[in-house]
Amino acid sequence: MTTLLPPKFGPYGGQFVPETLMPALIELEEAFVSARGDAAFQAEFDKLMASFVGRPTPLTYAKRLSEALGGAQIYLKREDLAHTGAHKINNALGQALLVKRMGKRRIVAETGAGQHGVASATAAALLGLECVVYMGEVDIARQEPNVFRMKLLGAEVRPVSSGTKTLKDAINEAIRDWVTNVRDTHYLLGSALGPHPYPTMVREFQSVIGREAREQMMMEVGRLPDTVIACVGGGSNAIGIFSGFVNDADVELIGVEAGGSGIETGKHAARFGDPSRGRVGVIHGTRTYVLQDEDGQIAETHSISAGLDYAAVGPEHALMRDAERAFYTFATDEEALNAFQTLCRTEGIIPALESSHAVAEAIKRAPKMRRDQVILVNLSGRGDKDLNTVIKETK
Amino acid sequence: MTSRIEDTFKSKPIFMPYFPLGYPALDTSIDVIEALANNGADLIEVGLSFSDPLADGPVIQHATQTALEKGITVKKSLAALKELRRRGVNIPLILMGYYNPMLAYGLENFVRDAAEAGADGFIVPDLPLEESREFENVAGDFPLIRMLAPTTPPERMELIARSARGFIYLVSVTGVTGERKSIAEGLGELIARVREHTSAPVCVGFGISTPEQAKEVGRMADGVIVGSACVKTIGGSKKPVETAKQFAAAFRSALRSTLDASASHA
Repeated sequence: MTTLLPPKFGPYGGQFVPETLMPALIELEEAFVSARGDAAFQAEFDKLMASFVGRPTPLTYAKRLSEALGGAQIYLKREDLAHTGAHKINNALGQALLVKRMGKRRIVAETGAGQHGVASATAAALLGLECVVYMGEVDIARQEPNVFRMKLLGAEVRPVSSGTKTLKDAINEAIRDWVTNVRDTHYLLGSALGPHPYPTMVREFQSVIGREAREQMMMEVGRLPDTVIACVGGGSNAIGIFSGFVNDADVELIGVEAGGSGIETGKHAARFGDPSRGRVGVIHGTRTYVLQDEDGQIAETHSISAGLDYAAVGPEHALMRDAERAFYTFATDEEALNAFQTLCRTEGIIPALESSHAVAEAIKRAPKMRRDQVILVNLSGRGDKDLNTVIKETK
Repeated sequence: MTSRIEDTFKSKPIFMPYFPLGYPALDTSIDVIEALANNGADLIEVGLSFSDPLADGPVIQHATQTALEKGITVKKSLAALKELRRRGVNIPLILMGYYNPMLAYGLENFVRDAAEAGADGFIVPDLPLEESREFENVAGDFPLIRMLAPTTPPERMELIARSARGFIYLVSVTGVTGERKSIAEGLGELIARVREHTSAPVCVGFGISTPEQAKEVGRMADGVIVGSACVKTIGGSKKPVETAKQFAAAFRSALRSTLDASASHA
């Protein structure tokens, strides 16, 4: 069978799923393609983005941070100000509208940090869908406020106790639920991961970040940034902002993986940053870089931020890295925590620990750049959810 | 020369249990598979373990996780397969596993070593038709068993069934592996739809847990696949090898009563 859209990004991507799910992927792709060409669907999406999510999210000049670093000027794309506190809502609402279009009534979602779970629960409440969120027990413990938020929004949160009890296992359980209830259930995958059409579809729903950011740079700063930085778990906020600048050859794109306790400790989630274990493989329906052992078993990962604590990276990032259109580095837990505190004190913004990884990279780069150069950081989410972790880690 | 797979379908319906290597321990699993083979199994799905078995329910997840904790690898699994052949197990053995460990082993090496160890074919649940070419180019004459699901629409079913080799693995219910209380409604109709497109034997799996259910399915299908119930019953037993003998014998006996009148069973 042939797909309507290219199912692969170079050698990456694809549809590595059980046959039971293939018809659902075909149906989803058809719905996505038809919605994309339907002005009424786009209008509805745009309207919700404005009236419900609060878009466009602002571009903020981080004046005191830039001055303190003494180099490049740093601007923040404020996805933390989107409704529900992160960029995840863009994709959750887009897919939820598709669910209505397909006539399904129930969504399942996975969540790591809880941001995608909250976004999915919110979209489900808004559109009258039933919502079940799978979340690893380890993540439930470290992201308690978001668990409560999901429940308030009417979602059922199902703890996942298999495997590593984190995001990877939550995805396994969400897929198992989907394969069982596929006739009336949509899997609202939260990142630019998984089988085609998810990576393409999620990028499109998140591309609003890049479109807005590019326009805001031109209007408010009068130029494009020299460097765009975003954290990369699965990579949806990164692909969203990168998509706005990918055709601007002079704009450097930097993705920041979770360096955890340091690459040498093995406790991290740096798929590109650890060539000994980050190798091309197949997980959760897609071919991409995966942290794995010699036998092809998926590795246990670690990050202070639940949202980056995942063994695989979105397939389009793998291609962008091969093509050297984007470059990938990492920030350790400690660097992210320091960046978290620095941004709080210099800018009055409490960033998510995920986004703090991107801030950490900006802090490293800015002093080496000229004052007339510009860094754009995607501040993908706010950090209220992380207060417990930060209190514990900084005691 | 006919293949072991073709030979085994001369007497239908066949009994096809699944058991993972390395569970509850490597030596025991070899003994269990040997006992299944010697007591009525016609073909065995030999399981390779993976850390993220997304098509499997709790029973097989637990078993393969245990096997991994005890140190099973692809290499050790292939050595165990070889040992089974050395012991004289002569029924078809199909390796069932997820794609990533095969890729990590190297596809060429994997197929070569599996063939050398005595595998007759492969079941890879995360390789749908769309992604099967890479594997099949390497596997050559060794069949990659096609899977069909109740959700597979007619034109797609035709496409998949037409290219089937060995047999068709028909997933009887939407969902993951695991026991179900009753046989899926409309199974007979589903099997009939598959048969319109292929002369390959049609084997039914997912959710078959008792000899009675096997008998019911055996009236319609060419083979009955029993996974979770087999793993749970044998894995939970204090004497797994004894239990494996009884388990295979019970299913064999239930299916014998549905054998084609014309076929003889050795």
